[in-house]
Amino acid sequence: MKNRVLMQGNTAICESAIMSGCIAYYGYPITPQNEISAHMSKRMRELNRVFIQAESEIAAINMVLGTSVTGTRVMTSSSSPGISLKQEGISYLCGCELPAVIVNIMRGGPGLGNISGSQGDYFQSTKGGGHGDYKMIVMSPDSVQEMYDLTADTFELADKYRNPVMLLADGYLGQIMEPVIVDKPVMKNSFEKNWVLDGCKNRAPRKIRSLLMNDGELEQFNWHLNDKYNKIRQTEVRYESVNIEDAEIVIVAFGIVARICRDVILKLRAKGIKIGMIRPVTLWPFPEKIIGEIAGKLKYISVIEMNLGQMVEDVRLAVNGKCPVEFFGKPGGAIFTVDEIISKIK
Amino acid sequence: MEKQFIKPVSLKNNRHLYCSGCGHGIVHRLIAEVIDELNIRERTIGIAPVGCAVFAYDYFNFDVTEAPHGRPPAVATGIKRVLPDRIIFTYQGDGDLAAIGISEIIHAANRGENITVVFINNANYGMTGGQLAPTTLTGQKTLTTPLGRQIRSDGYPLKICELLNSIDGTVFLARSSVNNIKNINQTKKHIKHAFQNQIDNKGFSLVEILSQCPPSWGKQPVDSLRWIDEVMVKTYPLGIIKDN
Repeated sequence: MKNRVLMQGNTAICESAIMSGCIAYYGYPITPQNEISAHMSKRMRELNRVFIQAESEIAAINMVLGTSVTGTRVMTSSSSPGISLKQEGISYLCGCELPAVIVNIMRGGPGLGNISGSQGDYFQSTKGGGHGDYKMIVMSPDSVQEMYDLTADTFELADKYRNPVMLLADGYLGQIMEPVIVDKPVMKNSFEKNWVLDGCKNRAPRKIRSLLMNDGELEQFNWHLNDKYNKIRQTEVRYESVNIEDAEIVIVAFGIVARICRDVILKLRAKGIKIGMIRPVTLWPFPEKIIGEIAGKLKYISVIEMNLGQMVEDVRLAVNGKCPVEFFGKPGGAIFTVDEIISKIK
Repeated sequence: MEKQFIKPVSLKNNRHLYCSGCGHGIVHRLIAEVIDELNIRERTIGIAPVGCAVFAYDYFNFDVTEAPHGRPPAVATGIKRVLPDRIIFTYQGDGDLAAIGISEIIHAANRGENITVVFINNANYGMTGGQLAPTTLTGQKTLTTPLGRQIRSDGYPLKICELLNSIDGTVFLARSSVNNIKNINQTKKHIKHAFQNQIDNKGFSLVEILSQCPPSWGKQPVDSLRWIDEVMVKTYPLGIIKDN
């Protein structure tokens, strides 16, 4: 029997993390994701797991690093300015090949911005907001159901690739409440972890580090990372396509915007306009192949984002001149209406 | 005849990269001796800093992880909370602990984390060539205080043990040095006590060690040993600050 529960987006992340075997959560207060740390502070204690409200975002991400070193499933969450502070830690997690789940419930920026939902952190998340050559898997839900489902997947992917994975949502998705079907099986932390630090009993001592000073050592390590990232590119791309079979116009949108665009498509289809949508679920790796494949058959692609134009650059690379790419954006935490988007579709 | 001086099992056979006359090697050995004597090598996880001791994992013969600059207390917290029966220690210099990582050390202490901290105070940033540290003495010349540390522009030497003494979460705070046999033996006692506290689940212990840094101090190794006695201890008096 399917278990249907009314949940807020932020709470769905927590319950999914708990179901996925997340043993430790570290966070710092910031709106609009405070429900996550509040919920975790209650639930993790009930379950005799670890909860710490850290003294800073920087401490929180480094507590994550410490727990990850032991091979234990761990999560932190924040919102845009807080995620900026975590970037050094994310770079170290990638450099040390440590799994971790990082949730960003985006708000308006730059600077302190506002507390409204936004998509202004696409570049930071997908292009590497910290230093060095690294990549992080970035998953983008568009409903509370997906916040629940994808959170479980982030833990699996993090362990599978020994790499941090980000769940990238926004303040709107974090706050809304929807029924969620919670029928995902309880995750088993089944990956072999022959790299963890837990004391060197019956084995040689291990070290975890990203400092590689010998001649050529760091170059070799970066090539190793590149192989891993290429494998992720080949294996883990996820997207949803809506009515693209006969489409002449295709919208590319992610997260809350894609959700609004579902209504746009319904309304325009009713008027006889052949329109569809590609919704990237993984923002990195980006679904460039499908976009490149359909581009040649289209009148144009319309990229719609709650920012000044970030994902549109990846769409243009994927399209590679095969059709025009239009952009319609809304920055600063403002949200689209369906009619606003319709007015931009010619 | 029985061998009187043997290498601790907790030290690897790797060559140190430390400078001539540096105090780090002595402290590494003391930690290794203590870990051997307490028989905790197989359940110890060390946390290396960013600074001269960044390669600690190549010297210690047990599990060691890297941490970003200043963050070892947060990393230690993340390990200890999920593996409470392991012995977790951080090894940090004065740039790492007293400057960029001052927030992490204060809050780990304030939470009373059951960890051990070995804090090396050599009054400068050794790894990067000898810049002003929070612990640099008044008037001391460094790469970035060419005229000597000036109170009005550079502030005062930061006394970490005294600062942490005001925090209820700390159980053991002590300062010693490694500039002569007597002080080395005292330092070992402090380190052992700090680890024993963790074994006994007593809480946060920190051992501050005044450690000679001849190249950055612009002194011969022997003069560096003397400088600790004659100058450094006036700002940083040796002794046990707290032992609950």
